[in-house]
Amino acid sequence: MTLPLPANIDECITLLRKGNYVGDRSLATTLFLSLKMGRPVFLEGEAGVGKTEIANVVANVLDRSLIRLQCYEGLDVASAVYEWNYQRQMIEIRLTESHGSVAQEELEENIFSEKFLIKRPLLRSLEPDTRGPPVLLIDELDRSDEPFEAYLLELLGNFQITIPEFGTVRADEPPIVIITSNRTREIHDALKRRCFYFWLDYPDAARERDILALKAPELSDGLSAQVVAFVHEVRKKDLFKKPGIAETIDWAKSLHTLDRLELDRESIESTIGILLKYQDDIALIKGSELGNILSSIGAERKISPSADS
Amino acid sequence: MKSNGGRHQGKLASNIMHFGRALRQAGLPIGTGQVIDAVEAATHTGLRSREDLYWALHGLFVSRPEQRMIFEQGFHLFWRRPELLERLRHIDLSSIYLPQNTESSKAGSRRLGEAMAIAHVVMDQKQPDKVDNQGGASYREVLGKRDFDKMGVDEIAEAKRVIKNMPLPVAERPTRRYKLNRRGVVIDAQASIRASLRGGGDIMQLRFRRRRWRPSTVVMICDISGSMSRYSRLLLHFAHALANHRAQVHAFVFGTRLTNITRYLRQSDPDVALENALEAVDDWSGGTRIGASLHCFNHEWSRRILGEGATIVLITDGLERDVGIKLSTEMERLQKSCRRLIWLNPLLRYAGFEAKSYGVRAMLPHVDDFRPAHNLESIASLSHVLSEGSPAVPPK
Repeated sequence: MTLPLPANIDECITLLRKGNYVGDRSLATTLFLSLKMGRPVFLEGEAGVGKTEIANVVANVLDRSLIRLQCYEGLDVASAVYEWNYQRQMIEIRLTESHGSVAQEELEENIFSEKFLIKRPLLRSLEPDTRGPPVLLIDELDRSDEPFEAYLLELLGNFQITIPEFGTVRADEPPIVIITSNRTREIHDALKRRCFYFWLDYPDAARERDILALKAPELSDGLSAQVVAFVHEVRKKDLFKKPGIAETIDWAKSLHTLDRLELDRESIESTIGILLKYQDDIALIKGSELGNILSSIGAERKISPSADS
Repeated sequence: MKSNGGRHQGKLASNIMHFGRALRQAGLPIGTGQVIDAVEAATHTGLRSREDLYWALHGLFVSRPEQRMIFEQGFHLFWRRPELLERLRHIDLSSIYLPQNTESSKAGSRRLGEAMAIAHVVMDQKQPDKVDNQGGASYREVLGKRDFDKMGVDEIAEAKRVIKNMPLPVAERPTRRYKLNRRGVVIDAQASIRASLRGGGDIMQLRFRRRRWRPSTVVMICDISGSMSRYSRLLLHFAHALANHRAQVHAFVFGTRLTNITRYLRQSDPDVALENALEAVDDWSGGTRIGASLHCFNHEWSRRILGEGATIVLITDGLERDVGIKLSTEMERLQKSCRRLIWLNPLLRYAGFEAKSYGVRAMLPHVDDFRPAHNLESIASLSHVLSEGSPAVPPK
């Protein structure tokens, strides 16, 4: 039984919430429209803002298979679409030979049949699935190159793949396509125009606290608030690579593992490598900046106890 | 009821179309297909909520993060006051959203006027000094050594011709893609099987493949501030020649800010290309801020365009006017993010050049190659240097 797609934006918000994804109405609108109109959704944003997670959530909540294609430079048809298992094919040729000669057409038909075809992600996404069309995640498309983009453009147009010796494979129902990009390279406009575009920004403090509450529930509220405040102050600085949501969650969990109840200079200095990954950024924050940031978030904290009393 | 709904929908479609056109005039590339899809999307989201309509249109009309601001302004302007609709259809929206456009175009033509004036003045002054155009090797030799600063208008035109026709050998680098090639070393299994089947599998025909090579990326970052104005023009001509000769050239100019002019260089006529480029540059205060511009490059562009094995050519005299950003840190990061950093400095035309100024001293330790850039000979040697330094020579 295929679970139905969300019928309106509110149902889409419910879908995201069911999958433990904290997103706002704008994302839900874009996602709803892309599901409704059968077009891919193109998620762009800095690394670590939760683009890949959306695909996981959609696949989990709608109970579909998730087929993931990780892009890299030099990704070609053999790794992305299909490849013939030529070792087996050669053995098959030798075996048929040893049993006596066989007509060429028969041999070709046998050699180029489905049992010798290795199906890679893009081909598998076109195959019928009992649970409904799968979610095809094309991750980090900016890491691939232009020839692959051109191939993908064609595929997203008509959802069919032609294998010369085999035939044309068509999808009865096209898969749900989610494309992500870290924007290290500009993707060609033609591809973006086919999709619904959405730029994922870093979340605001309230939303990031909600995310931490879901993903790292063992943390105390106080520490959680401090962590989020600290990360938001850090993101305001001129860093080479701002910390993403994944880094926030990792850092919060590591602080909890180290049994810290609140942020202080020592615990920050020893765990800063989980939050920042570039030496220049670490040097910038560890210096005098650390004192400034701590006092600015400490000042916020001091206000709330007086409000209680 | 039905006719009401139909009319309502017709009005919505026409509104969305006009909105799309307005955005297109403001610079967003929106095609007819997107407008049609936008109308369909709007019917799915319903029209009760402005926010929903916003995001429905946003997903189709916006394709880059820079466009979000224009879309937001356009949307609030367009859908808030309906009576503006009529007027807006006739106004060029780009004049509303980008007020500095008019200034920069004026400034651009002013700069061109300046450049022309300089050229005229030079011509007037240098008439008696002009080299006799006897043609032949001796003229070319002398022209090659002539400092750009001292060239007359005719000589500048001749120099432009020389640059355009310069042989530009290309450094290539191997990629991860293979293609069929008889002289390759690696066996291409798929093609071999296919070829062997023709003989019923009895005879194994081997097919080979080889790596593809592509030209490596060259990034030119050119200082166009006051002190460099005489040299930058001709060096940008060289950048244009390079860009039209090979695919992977990116060009930036800076004075107090960095601007990417790569797409203007795609125009085939170099003078027109540079005119368009200089018009788009919004940087006429005349100061030099090398550190800030390199900081901008490192943070915003280096990860997007450098790729593997890139060569950066930095063209500046190193006379930094700003002490805010740490110049040596930015140069260090620049050098570490590319394969080779070449610094072209016109001040090297003085034989007794010594690194005395703060800027030059901060930059020099982080540079792989330090070369002059004041005459055609130096440009020729630069193009020679660019062709070297590839990891290996592609097999013939």
